[in-house]
Amino acid sequence: MSAATAPSAAPEKTEDERLAPRSAVRRLLGRPELGAVVGAGAVFVFFSIVAETFLQWSSFSTVLYASSTIGIMAVPVALLMIGGEFDLSAGVMVASSALIASMFSYQMTANVWVGVGVSLVATLAIGFFNGFLLTRTKLPSFIITLGTFLMLTGANLGFTKLISGTVSTKTIGDMEGFPSARKVFASHLTIGDVDLNVTILWWFGLVAVATWVLLRTRMGNWIFAAGGGADAARAVGVPVNRTKIGLYMAVAFGAWISGMHLLMSYDVVQSSEGVGNEFLYIIAAVIGGCLMTGGYGSAVGAAVGAFIFGMTNKGIVYAQWSADWFKLFLGAMLLFAVLLNAWVRKRSEAGK
Amino acid sequence: MAAVLGATALAGCSSTGGKRAEERAAEANGKAAVSTPRWTVAMVTHSGDGDTFWDIVQNGAEEAARKDNIKFVYGHHEEGQQQAQLVQSYIDQHVDGLIVSLAKPEAMKDVLKKARKAGIPVITVNSGSDQSKEFGALAHIGQDESIAGEAVGEELNKRGKKKALCVLHEQGNVGHEQRCDGTEKTFTGKLEKLYVEGTNMPDVQSSIEAKLQADKDIDAVVTLGAPFADTAAKAADQAGSDAEIDTFDLNAKVASSLQDGSLGFAVDQQPYLQGYEAVDLLWLYRYNADVLGGGRPVLTGPQIITKDDAADLAAYTKRGTR
Repeated sequence: MSAATAPSAAPEKTEDERLAPRSAVRRLLGRPELGAVVGAGAVFVFFSIVAETFLQWSSFSTVLYASSTIGIMAVPVALLMIGGEFDLSAGVMVASSALIASMFSYQMTANVWVGVGVSLVATLAIGFFNGFLLTRTKLPSFIITLGTFLMLTGANLGFTKLISGTVSTKTIGDMEGFPSARKVFASHLTIGDVDLNVTILWWFGLVAVATWVLLRTRMGNWIFAAGGGADAARAVGVPVNRTKIGLYMAVAFGAWISGMHLLMSYDVVQSSEGVGNEFLYIIAAVIGGCLMTGGYGSAVGAAVGAFIFGMTNKGIVYAQWSADWFKLFLGAMLLFAVLLNAWVRKRSEAGK
Repeated sequence: MAAVLGATALAGCSSTGGKRAEERAAEANGKAAVSTPRWTVAMVTHSGDGDTFWDIVQNGAEEAARKDNIKFVYGHHEEGQQQAQLVQSYIDQHVDGLIVSLAKPEAMKDVLKKARKAGIPVITVNSGSDQSKEFGALAHIGQDESIAGEAVGEELNKRGKKKALCVLHEQGNVGHEQRCDGTEKTFTGKLEKLYVEGTNMPDVQSSIEAKLQADKDIDAVVTLGAPFADTAAKAADQAGSDAEIDTFDLNAKVASSLQDGSLGFAVDQQPYLQGYEAVDLLWLYRYNADVLGGGRPVLTGPQIITKDDAADLAAYTKRGTR
């Protein structure tokens, strides 16, 4: 508004500078994930020097696995953050999803795939619930999803105890459909010398889909617009409410994949699983260049953020540092990565 | 909706495992065996939400309560302050007996004094064997974590292990440190500690995997909780390590893994016994003024369980009492 009414500072300039062609380097510098990529490089080089086993292929696959279990959730969480919202229930939702699938299959003595399907529907419903309540009540997402977080934490424990009689589910490892479900969600692929967990493929797949949606579809524009300024977006016809509900359901879908991985790799699920992990997803998205205020970020960045987290987390173990200091190292490394990220971004924005 | 669900369930039935298989196994449910008045006993522990171990303690307590015609109530909170408040609320309700764990003894000191003043007999379980007598408890029932650790160290020696990894799933838990330290005390080889995030199973697995890849000399991994043993076995498998996996505590999965040889041994402190004996002892005290242990802790463990014992225990772990 103010831009339209303000007197033009440079009336003699006819060409809009926003339309001016930018060099490839400039464009690269403008990418949200650039800082994260530089940070990832620094962390990688650092651990390559201090930990001799870090550079082995087998170690690399372990680091990738650790990154993927966070990354699968960090990608939809990043989209949600670009859309301007948070989801504190994301960590516990993973456990809920696994518990629903496990208990449904077990109690109904049904094929494991039936439980997997029921869980998908139920988890998406939780995501819808978050989004619907948010858009209806206009309360901050912090409050809404904190409520969901607490309810799910209690429901996970309460229902598991009520139905299974103990705090973890019964094994479904001997049930029909389990082997094929395990193949889809928790198998290993051997490519050359490298053993890859299938979660890595899920992760890459999600990054690809999310990037395509963000950069190549109308939906992507809606997400950026909804996060950048919901009212302005609404004014130009963006269905903000639908977009946000969709984003919450995307997070729920990620939780379902993670939950199925959890269930299929360990075949029993502890009802206390997942609490606190929502912060890891948000951390990964933030390291990856998503702004806490919304409207800016990328799926690739979130994936790189998850990779930095995975490298740091496991690099400390490879470096054989004293276990007593583990969390201190972890915090310092993460802070370093984020600071480097912010510095690079500032430099690149100054150069624009 | 229900019809649709029912139809899909029927169409996709599993002929193996599941609830139907479980129903064939008999449940362990007793009846009241005494005609004493209906007393109320409250238990307050430092357990977090959804802890397998405390679930078994609770099962033991409930079983004894049924037999002794006792009404059993249970509260838990991992923070000392909150735990003390729970105890206070049970004192306000004038329960006939209290069972508490003393993981954070200082926080519990004052409230236990109040219990004594109100004439409520107190029994401490699990942790706090040093403070139990001082705080005026009738008896302490539990395992000495250091002694349990020492038993693990000795068992590792017997198995000719040279370098062991102690996996702690809760940083800052005193009992966990005592277990690892106890193991270190008797173990003639080298022991290293690894902290993992207990509420994040994939992280537990990848951390152990990383450690085993970084240090090929490790020939034994000791986990401090039953749910982590199986994860450690997967990690060793992924890392191409032939380290033996051993664990504290027991559950159905551990019992079956012991049987098929994927785990070496488990050291059990018999949590069921801790709950059962505590309730039963409160009944005995009310009925007959009996006490146990003579001011010394009554130990419920450690019991080393290997392949042979596991077969006998499988049925009990499945119903959640071992």
